[in-house]
Amino acid sequence: MKQLSPATRARYFRRQLVDRLMGGLCMLAAGIGLALLGLILWMLFSKGLGGLSLSVFTNSMAQPGAGGGLANAIVGSIIQVGLGAMIGAPLGMMVGVYLSEVGKESKFASVVRFVNDILLSAPSVLIGLFVYQIAVEPFGGFSGFAGAISLALIAMPIVARTTEDILRLVPQAYRDGAVALGSRENEVVRKVVLPAAFGGILTGVLLAVARIAGETAPLLFTSLGNTNWSTDMTQPMASLPIAIYRYAGSAYDEWVSLAWTGAMLITVGVLLLNILSRFSHAAVAGKTGG
Amino acid sequence: MTTPAASPMIGARRLHVGDTAFRISLHIAGAIVVIVLLSILAIMFIGGKLAFDTFGLGFIWGSEWNPVTQIYGALPAITGTLVTALLALLIAWPIGFGIAFFLTETCPSKLRGPLGVAIELLAAVPSIVYGMWGFFVLAPFMSEHVQPWLTATFLWIPPVGDSFFWFTAPPIGVGMLTASLILAIMILPFIAATTRDVLQSTPQLLKDGAYAMGATRWEALTGVVIPAVRGSLFGAVFLGLGRALGETMAVVFVIGNAIRMPDSLMAPSATIASVVANSFPEAEPGTLDLAVLLGLGFILFVVSFSVLAIARLLLRQERMS
Repeated sequence: MKQLSPATRARYFRRQLVDRLMGGLCMLAAGIGLALLGLILWMLFSKGLGGLSLSVFTNSMAQPGAGGGLANAIVGSIIQVGLGAMIGAPLGMMVGVYLSEVGKESKFASVVRFVNDILLSAPSVLIGLFVYQIAVEPFGGFSGFAGAISLALIAMPIVARTTEDILRLVPQAYRDGAVALGSRENEVVRKVVLPAAFGGILTGVLLAVARIAGETAPLLFTSLGNTNWSTDMTQPMASLPIAIYRYAGSAYDEWVSLAWTGAMLITVGVLLLNILSRFSHAAVAGKTGG
Repeated sequence: MTTPAASPMIGARRLHVGDTAFRISLHIAGAIVVIVLLSILAIMFIGGKLAFDTFGLGFIWGSEWNPVTQIYGALPAITGTLVTALLALLIAWPIGFGIAFFLTETCPSKLRGPLGVAIELLAAVPSIVYGMWGFFVLAPFMSEHVQPWLTATFLWIPPVGDSFFWFTAPPIGVGMLTASLILAIMILPFIAATTRDVLQSTPQLLKDGAYAMGATRWEALTGVVIPAVRGSLFGAVFLGLGRALGETMAVVFVIGNAIRMPDSLMAPSATIASVVANSFPEAEPGTLDLAVLLGLGFILFVVSFSVLAIARLLLRQERMS
């Protein structure tokens, strides 16, 4: 190899240096991201584990010193998230099926897709205000129903998006095959396309549940929160995020400690749902060979 | 001149009750999505009309907020929203981009999966947890270590007039800077994940071409990849901005909730979302107080809608080409 001139060598060296430097900085950025996740989880566990006891799950919220727990908030959250997902998920699936199987690239479908993408990241506080105006104020008060509706509105676009994405991965040959056998449009979707994409759709639903389980802002305007045990959907209903919000801002150490425990529980639940959704996704990807 | 008719076979296909019902119900589901968005806009506007009627444009430009005298100007909240969101973007974007570049190019393939999952888990942590963490961990740290240092270090920056002093403020921990940091942490995984997807969508052939010319990885990125996907990269940025503008719970804990024009970057302030969440318990139905909150909601809706719309258009543009 011929000798490189000093100028060329210097330039080569400088280019390598810039590359290494920038690569190093990017690695540092990834390190920062990991460190943040670690820091937040570590803080949650170190502050939340101390307050964890059976009474957290068996006792309702109570005055400081009365040995209160979070049972009513946990049950309230499960009811509202469950109902919210039961309303939002089927609607979202239908939207996803519409976008992928019927609307496709038509004008209306493009509008729906665009609007859905916007709803996906719309501020949840506005969803709360909106549901307050249509389902709380006209019906005379805060209720678990209103809370569930606001959560459903947040879950719907998430499920719609993942459903459309996953249906597009179903090979066209599946549909062609079904049509060739004489299937009608609705049979193609119900009996061939949806079963093939079941795991992916489940992933979307699990992700949506994980997202709405941690939502606080919309519930402030809809189900308000309740310190007593209540499963009446027409009355204000407690929820874990609202309980955390109220307790974290309180002056009592016992309540603050309960808030940390609640935050830990909800984060662990949400992260587990996320990891679980990955498995359901992987299981399907393996089955369809894609 | 005759136009060729559509194939008779297609026209002859009989309509079936099941298929018709199927199509109609799916169209209705699609319509619900659009109706929800339009209703939010309409409800906010109708509910907030009293505020717009009372104060006119002064509702947007007025800098006084006084529930006692019933004078409401949204400028402090709008300022707080924009400053915290932009500052958060300024902090989060370089880091998010770095993570994305690391994940797509330099990361060992064994690490790629777990690291990607970790970033996505960071995105899944509920915002109230970030808020608590910010309030109990970050704010004390800022107050004891970061803010005194910032004040001492940047004392030389001249104030803007006699109303804005940059980093000169009492180190109380909560305020715009702490809120921006929390927002930055929150939007970081979104920016990283979207940017990673964009970078991954660059055709390998383009990159191979750059490498064949002897480019380093960084040169291939800045010279070939970034120009090819510039629009989408901006889309990722706007998506992060849209999230930061409307975030509520994380901000409520650490912004300080003072509805007045900020006199420094560290001053306690308020964002539209935090004002709405904080003032709502005192706002009775039918009063000006509630109308003001709905009016604020309308402003936030218009701003975040525009930002998110730009983001989607930029991201879609690349997906098509």
